Amino acid sequence: MGEKIKSSGKLYFHYLSVALRSAMQYKTSFFLMVIGRFLLFFNGILGVYFMFSRFGHVKGYTFGEVLLCFSIIQMDFALAECIGSGFATFASIVRQGEFDRVLLRPRSTILQVLGSQFRIDRIGLIFQAIFMFAYGIIISPVDWTFGRVMTVFSMLLGGTTLFISFFLLRAAFTFFTLEGLELVNILTYGAQEHGKYPVDIYGKKMMKFCTYVIPYTLIQYYPLQYLLGRTDQWYYGVYPLCAVYFLLVCYGMWRFGMRHYQSAGS
Amino acid sequence: MKKYKTYFSFFRIRFNMGLQYRVAAVSGAATQLLWGLMECLVFMAFQKSAPEAYPMAVSATVSYVWLREAFFSAFTTWNADQDIFDSIVNGGIAYELCRPVSIYHMWFAKTTASRAAGAGLRCVPLLAVACVLPQPFRLSLPASPTHFILFIITLFLGLGVTVAFCMFTYILAFFTISPQGLRMLLTSMIDFLSGAIIPLPFMPDGVRGIVELLPFAGMFNVPLLIYSGELAGAAMYRSIGMQCFWLVTLVILGRVLCKAAERKIVVQGG
Amino acid sequence: MITMEHVCKSYRVAKRNAGMREACKALFRRETEVIQALSDVSFTIQDGEMVGYIGPNGAGKSSTIKILSGILTPESGSCLVDGRIPWKNRTEHVRQIGVVFGQRSQLWWDVPVIDSFELLKDIYAIPSYEYQNNMEELTELLHLQELLKMPTRQLSLGQRMRCEIAASLLHSPKILFLDEPTIGLDAVSKLAVREFVMRLNQEHKTTVILTTHDMQDIEALTKRIILIGRGRVLMDGTLEDMRRLAAEHGQAAEASDQNGESLERIVAGLYQKLDIL
Repeated sequence: MGEKIKSSGKLYFHYLSVALRSAMQYKTSFFLMVIGRFLLFFNGILGVYFMFSRFGHVKGYTFGEVLLCFSIIQMDFALAECIGSGFATFASIVRQGEFDRVLLRPRSTILQVLGSQFRIDRIGLIFQAIFMFAYGIIISPVDWTFGRVMTVFSMLLGGTTLFISFFLLRAAFTFFTLEGLELVNILTYGAQEHGKYPVDIYGKKMMKFCTYVIPYTLIQYYPLQYLLGRTDQWYYGVYPLCAVYFLLVCYGMWRFGMRHYQSAGS
Repeated sequence: MKKYKTYFSFFRIRFNMGLQYRVAAVSGAATQLLWGLMECLVFMAFQKSAPEAYPMAVSATVSYVWLREAFFSAFTTWNADQDIFDSIVNGGIAYELCRPVSIYHMWFAKTTASRAAGAGLRCVPLLAVACVLPQPFRLSLPASPTHFILFIITLFLGLGVTVAFCMFTYILAFFTISPQGLRMLLTSMIDFLSGAIIPLPFMPDGVRGIVELLPFAGMFNVPLLIYSGELAGAAMYRSIGMQCFWLVTLVILGRVLCKAAERKIVVQGG
Repeated sequence: MITMEHVCKSYRVAKRNAGMREACKALFRRETEVIQALSDVSFTIQDGEMVGYIGPNGAGKSSTIKILSGILTPESGSCLVDGRIPWKNRTEHVRQIGVVFGQRSQLWWDVPVIDSFELLKDIYAIPSYEYQNNMEELTELLHLQELLKMPTRQLSLGQRMRCEIAASLLHSPKILFLDEPTIGLDAVSKLAVREFVMRLNQEHKTTVILTTHDMQDIEALTKRIILIGRGRVLMDGTLEDMRRLAAEHGQAAEASDQNGESLERIVAGLYQKLDIL
């Protein structure tokens, strides 16, 4: 078991190093993409800034507080896209018949698909998110206790896991149909776009949906309440780690889809 | 006349291709419906927080959101025609140069077609649902019959401006090795300036004044504001004038650049 | 040893008709049809054999290869490869086989070929000494020395195919599936590939299953031919058997001619006469 994990880890980093060297073959394009990502995110922030400069606050959240929330979600998403982009673009892997090649190799399909693509240009987004987070810290009066710092890490871990789960879920659907995947996008890109504001501004119904249907409030709204000092319940900060269960469910779907693929052909 | 028949047949092929993807169309409409609802909720939350600062009628914002979702695929600049980019990058353009039609016109027709087809398919179910949603999410009727007619006209003008702008991204691909990054820069800029992130009335007044003079305001901002009557009277006619001005200017500029790009191809041999 | 017994496989595909009206109709109702890819396919291949698997496009060749390599599960029938059921225990099975798709690349596009090989070494967990030996042999026989440092995207088709074949053999598979390995290659590369495959089969006793449309490949490499059409095995025998079959179907005049091009004509005639196109 230990041996297997070690060898898988080694292979993963080998994939990563090949991806890095490939990206460096197109340096100009790569750096333009990084800058592009950087600016793309800036758009979103400018939009939020304009809204706040007009309205002052939304449901009691200040610009700085929303900035903290926004930057954490963006970081989650960027990390998930960077690591899990093999699943995010899985439809094209299946369409081009590349998944057959994956099945022809004596390794876990998950490992191979993860290794097939790394969106390293997402680093632009990550940098931007870090800047914004730092600015958010400066302008919002959060008292940074140990628990709150840990909450940030747990939000990052849980959020990234949740987004990767969504990508995995989308990839699992790909085995059944190459059309109609757009609906799953509401979970990924929708959550990224609309997750910049804490879920409660969307009203009670949306809160329920984002808690019981998809565990979105667990990585965003609840830990944020603790982070911003709106509640003393420290365990809200642990909620994001529940995303692991969701990942397991999505993994089950993936296994199921793969069996279907092998019996239906492409 | 025969020439226009050729362009029309490009148009028809693209439209058919769009129609084939049934499930994609339905799920796309459902996605946009959810997306639009979320957008409406954001604006409503801000409105509740500080009603006095809200720059337009809430129902007008709702209309704006639905109409933008409905015609989203016609106006998003990111959704540029991948075939065309591919043909430039991999040299398939050589075939296109052999055809007895102008590249600029052909691409213009192709792009307009795929956008109109995409939006035509999507807008019907989405608008149908938006009209029967419970208040306050319902899409209201146009401000007046005149506004509706002007809305339709400016919608097409806006599509023209958008496509004319897309042509620049194609032409740009001739001159750079990696159009991807530059395209992303352009797209993110246009997204903001055209009002895709937040509608132009929500911008601070100084910024708004400048942005309204740029061609991007003429993409979907003008028709959508005309629909709900937020844009009326002299300001409306001025905006339509700006749209026409930019359409003509961008097309002329695009054709000049396209000629230059073609020459470059011929000289370099692809 | 490879055995396939009474293997059946069918697909359901959506019908798509041309025209604006049909496209609109398809928005509401979509017709599907069932395509029988394989019906009752049986054959046995001994260790060290080299078999040509031929048939027109859509005959079921790639479905067979996919089943044998464990990518696809059949509906009914049984299939054993060296005692293993291919689609059960996938990782175990694919470690022992090599597959080359002539139309697709398995190398990483933007890095030097040697980097792809190194990665494959990790993927297959090939022991260092085995990797070293195989590399030396493959480099020499396929003349890869110059190519190893070049990125895949800069290789010509012939150069790339040589690298693809090497990549499929790094883990010393006992069975090699070649799916149209000479497609689009120039004469020199074709000969090089054929010569190499011949040698591999003779020296390492690797079982080779070759699908191709190039009759010269068949003539040069295989003693045994399996002809498949519309999902059925129509003939399993030697080149002579195939000539005889053609003669029975009234192609005697050309059958006496011994060169490859006329073989092409014989096969084309057979496809038509057997009505399997």
